[in-house]
Amino acid sequence: MAVSVDKTVSTGPARGRTSPARRTSGRGRSVLEIALLTVLAVVMLFPVLWMIETAFKENRDVYAIPAKFFNFTVTLDHFKDVFVDSTGRSSLSTAFLNSVVVAGVSTVLATVLGVPAAWAYSRFAVKAKKDQLFFILSTRFMPPVVVVIPIFLMYRQLGLIDNKLGLILIYTAFNVPFTIWMMKGFVDEVPAEYEDAAMLDGYTRLQAFWKFTLPLLLPGIAATAVFALIFSWNEFVFAIFLTSSDSVRTAPPAIAGLIGGTTVDWGLVAAASVVFALPVLVFAYLVRKHLVAGVTLGAVRR
Amino acid sequence: MGTVAVNGLRKSFGKVQALDGVTLDVPDGSFFVVLGPSGAGKTTTLRAIAGLEKLDAGSVHLDGRDATGDAPADRDLAMVFQSYALYPRLTAYENIASPLRARRRTSSEIADAVERMASLLHIERLLQRRPAQMSGGEMQRVALARALVRSPRAFLMDEPLTNLDLKLRVEMRTELTRIHRSLGGTFVYVTNDQVEALSMADYVAVLKEGKVQQVGTPTEVYERPANQWVAGFVGSPAISLLACHAEGDRLVGEAGWTLPRPRWTTAEDGRPLLLGLRAEDLSVERRGDTSLPGELYGLEPLGDRTVVDVRVGTEILKVKARPTVTGTPGERLQVTVDLDRAHLFDAGTGLALSEAGR
Repeated sequence: MAVSVDKTVSTGPARGRTSPARRTSGRGRSVLEIALLTVLAVVMLFPVLWMIETAFKENRDVYAIPAKFFNFTVTLDHFKDVFVDSTGRSSLSTAFLNSVVVAGVSTVLATVLGVPAAWAYSRFAVKAKKDQLFFILSTRFMPPVVVVIPIFLMYRQLGLIDNKLGLILIYTAFNVPFTIWMMKGFVDEVPAEYEDAAMLDGYTRLQAFWKFTLPLLLPGIAATAVFALIFSWNEFVFAIFLTSSDSVRTAPPAIAGLIGGTTVDWGLVAAASVVFALPVLVFAYLVRKHLVAGVTLGAVRR
Repeated sequence: MGTVAVNGLRKSFGKVQALDGVTLDVPDGSFFVVLGPSGAGKTTTLRAIAGLEKLDAGSVHLDGRDATGDAPADRDLAMVFQSYALYPRLTAYENIASPLRARRRTSSEIADAVERMASLLHIERLLQRRPAQMSGGEMQRVALARALVRSPRAFLMDEPLTNLDLKLRVEMRTELTRIHRSLGGTFVYVTNDQVEALSMADYVAVLKEGKVQQVGTPTEVYERPANQWVAGFVGSPAISLLACHAEGDRLVGEAGWTLPRPRWTTAEDGRPLLLGLRAEDLSVERRGDTSLPGELYGLEPLGDRTVVDVRVGTEILKVKARPTVTGTPGERLQVTVDLDRAHLFDAGTGLALSEAGR
C-alpha cells in the first residue's frame, strides 16, 4: 500500500506524468489485489478443496493426524459407495435421482406457469397490476422456514407428506413469483410492436407471443430457470421436514443424514457432496453465455 | 374494395383523453393522411383501426361491416410501424413472407410475391440480411414490403418516414405516391409532417388533442382552414395572425393600421378578430394599394427564398421574398397584402369567418 500511495503523491503536476504514475500505482495495487484475492480465495475455497480431497482419500488418510494435504493415496471407492452398496443401488443414488426429478419438474412447472404470467403482466392492462405484483413478490419476503409448520399440517391432511409431489408443489410455489418478477423484466425489454406486427400479419395473440416474442426471451428464460433449478436443488429445510423415507428423500437431507451416527464416513460424505455440487456447476457453466446475455439484454437492444 | 370508417372513437389512458370522439370516413382507394402534432391521438386512431387498442367508445367499420370487436388478424389490414417492427431474428425475406405464411400460402406463391415486392422496392440484394445488418432506410423499405406483399383492405402507416434523414424522406415520399398509384388500395397514413400531408394526400384529416379539426383535400385545408389552429399548423412558415376588428368598411388593427374590409366578412363592427396572412400572400417588394407599415425585424435566407420578419406594432409578420432581398433591421417598410387571400378568424372561438375561412 505504501508504495502505491508514495508514487501517486510524489509525481509532479505535469500532465504527461500523471498517466505513467497512475499506471505504476495501478500495477502496485494489482499486486496487492492479487495477494488479497489469493488469501480470500484460499479461505473461501479451502472447504471446497478439502471436500474434494477427502472424497478421493483412502479412509486411513482421511483420519490421519497430522492431516495429509498432498501425500495421500487416491481412490475412487467413496464415489462407488455413493452409487452402489452391498444391496445393489445405494439409497444415496436414489436420493440423487429424487433430487433430479423434484428440482427438474418444479423448475419446468415454474417456468411454464411463470413465463406466460410475466408476459401477461407486461403486455396487458391488468386491474391493480402493481398491487398484484407486490402481492406476488410479498410471498418471498418471509424466510420459507416460517411456513414449514402450517405446510406440514396442510400436507398431512392432503397426504402429501413424504411424497415427491409435495416437494415439487412447494418448490414450484416458491419459484413462480421469482420467475414472474425476473421474466417480467425480460418481457418488458422486448418491444410489444413485434406482436402487434405479427397480429396484423394474421397471427393470433398467442401465436404472436409463441412465434415472435418467446424466441427472444430464451436467454432470459435460461437465466431464470437456472436460478429456480439451483434453489430447488439446494433446498434443505422443506425437504427434511416433509420427507422421511429413503425412496422419497432428496439429496440434501440424505447427505445430512450420513452425519450423526457413532462413526461418520467422511469420505462418503465428501464424495456425495462433490456429486451433489457438480450438476449445478456444470449447468451454470453451460448456460453462462445466456446468463451474461440475460444480464446485458437491456444494453444490446437497438 | 376497402373503405375504413371510424365513428366517435373515445379512448383515455389514465387521465389523458387520447381520442375524444374521432370520426373519419376513408373512401375506397384514397390516400388518406391523418395529420397532427405529437400527442394528438393520430397513432391511437390508427391502432384502433388495426384492432390493437381497446376502445372506450366508438365503432370501426371496414367495408361497411362493423369490425369493432374483431381481432387484428381478422380485419385484413396491413400496417407499417414507426419503429418498423421487423422481426429481429428473421431475414428480410422471411419478414416480408410473414403475412403470407400466417395465411398459409404455398411456398411458390410466397417466393413469387416476395420477389415482386423486392423488385418494386429495389431491395433484392437485402433479402438474406437480418434487420441488424440494414440501415434505417433499408429497414423502412423491408417494412413497407411486408405490408404491401398482400392486398389487404387497407394499408395503415404510422409515421413511416419520421425516422429517415431528410433526403431519404423526400425520396420515399415520391416513392410512396408512386406505389399508391401503381398498386391502388386504401392508404391511411399518419404523420406530423404537414409537407408529407400536403404532398401525398388525397384527403387530410387534421387532429388536435383527440379531436378532428378539419377534413378535406390538401388544398382545402391549406386554402380554407376551418379554424385558427389549423391555419397555424398547416403551412410553413406559419401563417401570421394579427389582432384587429371591423369598423365600417375598414379593418382596424390593434397596432393602429387599417386595411379595406374584405367584402365577404360578416363580422359585426368591434368584434375581436384575427387576420391571417400567409407568407406568400405578403410582399415587401411588390407595390399595392393595400399595405401595412412595419419595420424590418430579421431576415431568414433559405436558399430558394428568404423569409422576412416584419414587425407591425408588437406582432411579427412572416413575408416570403426573393433570395436577393436585403435590408437592415429597424428599416421602415411597407408590406403589400393580397387581401383576396387573407383569412379572418373569430378571436374568441378561433373559428374561421364565412366561406369556410375565406
